[in-house]
Amino acid sequence: MLQFILKRLGLAVLVAFTVSFISFSLLFLSGDPAAALAGETASGEDIEAIRRLYGFDRPMLVQYGDWLMSALRGDFGESYYFKLPVASLIGDRLGVTMLLGVCGISFALLTAVPLGVVAAIRPNSIIDRIALFLSVAGQAMPSFWFGLILIVVFAIQLGWLPPSGAATWKHFIMPTIVLGYYAMPAIMRLTRAGMLDVLSSDYIRTARAKGANETRVLFRHALRNAIIPVVSLAAVQMGFMLGGSIVVESIFALHGAGYLAWESIARNDLPTVQALILIFSMFYIVFTFLADVLNAWLDPRMRSS
Amino acid sequence: MASVTPHDRLLDEITGPTPGQMLRKRIFGHQGLLIGLVVLILLTLVAIFAPLLAPHDPYAQSLMNRMVPPVFMGGTWEHPLGTDHLGRDYLSRLIYGARVSLLIGAVAALISGVIGTAMGVAAGYFGGKVDAVVTFLINVRLAMPVVLVALAVVAILGGSLEVVIVVLGLLLWDRFAVVMRASTMQVRRREYVAAAQVIGASTPRILLSEIMPNIANNLIVVVTLEMAHAILLEAALSFLGLGVQPPTPSWGLMVSEGKNMMLFEPWLVLIPGAVLFVLVLAINLMGDGLRDVTAPENRS
Repeated sequence: MLQFILKRLGLAVLVAFTVSFISFSLLFLSGDPAAALAGETASGEDIEAIRRLYGFDRPMLVQYGDWLMSALRGDFGESYYFKLPVASLIGDRLGVTMLLGVCGISFALLTAVPLGVVAAIRPNSIIDRIALFLSVAGQAMPSFWFGLILIVVFAIQLGWLPPSGAATWKHFIMPTIVLGYYAMPAIMRLTRAGMLDVLSSDYIRTARAKGANETRVLFRHALRNAIIPVVSLAAVQMGFMLGGSIVVESIFALHGAGYLAWESIARNDLPTVQALILIFSMFYIVFTFLADVLNAWLDPRMRSS
Repeated sequence: MASVTPHDRLLDEITGPTPGQMLRKRIFGHQGLLIGLVVLILLTLVAIFAPLLAPHDPYAQSLMNRMVPPVFMGGTWEHPLGTDHLGRDYLSRLIYGARVSLLIGAVAALISGVIGTAMGVAAGYFGGKVDAVVTFLINVRLAMPVVLVALAVVAILGGSLEVVIVVLGLLLWDRFAVVMRASTMQVRRREYVAAAQVIGASTPRILLSEIMPNIANNLIVVVTLEMAHAILLEAALSFLGLGVQPPTPSWGLMVSEGKNMMLFEPWLVLIPGAVLFVLVLAINLMGDGLRDVTAPENRS
């Protein structure tokens, strides 16, 4: 087990460094970052001054090393636009995004797991068909469009919920649904497939044969085993979701890290963008690592692969 | 031919249906696949013949005819789906928008398909260090937040159709690599591959004529999924104002432009979003259907 954890940890660290290099390299895609920063009207001398000020005249690898060492200490430089430390800028906004992520994944699990279980208990029933339809439709629904429809119906027509902002818990209801439905189809399908698989296994037949009541069989025996892969999928989805929060936050004007990313990209605020890409990647790396460890802990067969 | 003779029936019982007949029967018996296929073909025809079908120039502005409602909301047949805030015919923009979505979906899926398949097949066939490197690259790619990276790169390089296509193509290869790697690993252990190796066939030949044909069904399924993925991502990027730029008629951009008038003219948002939903749904239904039909033993 320890060997497995160390191996996965090593891989995670290696992935993290590679991602950090890629997100740093983005700065150089534009050709000359100093010229981009100075603006179109700047003279050659201005550009040269900016180049020296920001250290763009040094070799790229040196700049990367510098950036990485600071980043490891939690210093991501200064935002071009806000003229504030990127780290504190992101720190202020990350709470909203994480809250949204937790709400989103909880919503997805609370709806998808029961649906998947019922669908597996009664294959080809009405509920199974509804669940299948929801998962197929859910995958095809553009999230920004879904969000706008919710705003039209629940905020404008019915007036039940506020259309944008993050002041109260009511502001989080629609964003939670939009972010959560995105993860629903995958979780539901996996729950259904896992339950179908487990329900046809020998130990379930044994449990039924010895006369355990059906509720006990379903929840004590079947669900507990079928849920293992779902938990790790949920962790991975959570990582994806934080990255996907950019669309949801922009629709509902939730001023979280996703919204900050959108603003910063539109404003060419590269230090903030680099830091956000790195941070969102780190979340994904940490979540998948935890999911792998959890899986290996729950299911010893995973440890060998 | 009209009547079946006893002799024919006997022959049928002895030989049974051929694999081709069975496949045809499964295809025509699969509702989702048929619906998806028909809708996709229709929308492709619409995209190809857009100049003939569109009643107006999708770029022609008319300040006299701004925000005309669709015909079912009190408008006229002059503009069946009304006009937008610049007086451009909405139906014509919608029709030309099919071109943008399908082009981006198809070309991005092609680019990512070539990259991902090459990586996946190499990893699955050669194993060892090649596999370790490819698996590592897949991990790196999965860790990068797609929407964020795509937005940032498109913003830096400037939002044009070509840039969006290339960026999405370079980002969406992960599922191809994962699925092709797993499929190749399965096929590699079959006897006919060993037989080809024994008679001295070259590695490229084995890959092309032994491995590829036997993983093609999985490849097609991933192509459809990634096409849908690319279309949704383009729409999201354009909706956020950092994808395809105005005045190009992109469905995501149309939703974004209609957003500010959503209060009074909800159709401006509803119509392009609905068409986008139908297109992606059709592609997904087709992909799911193809998976069922080509691999009936793996039905979930």
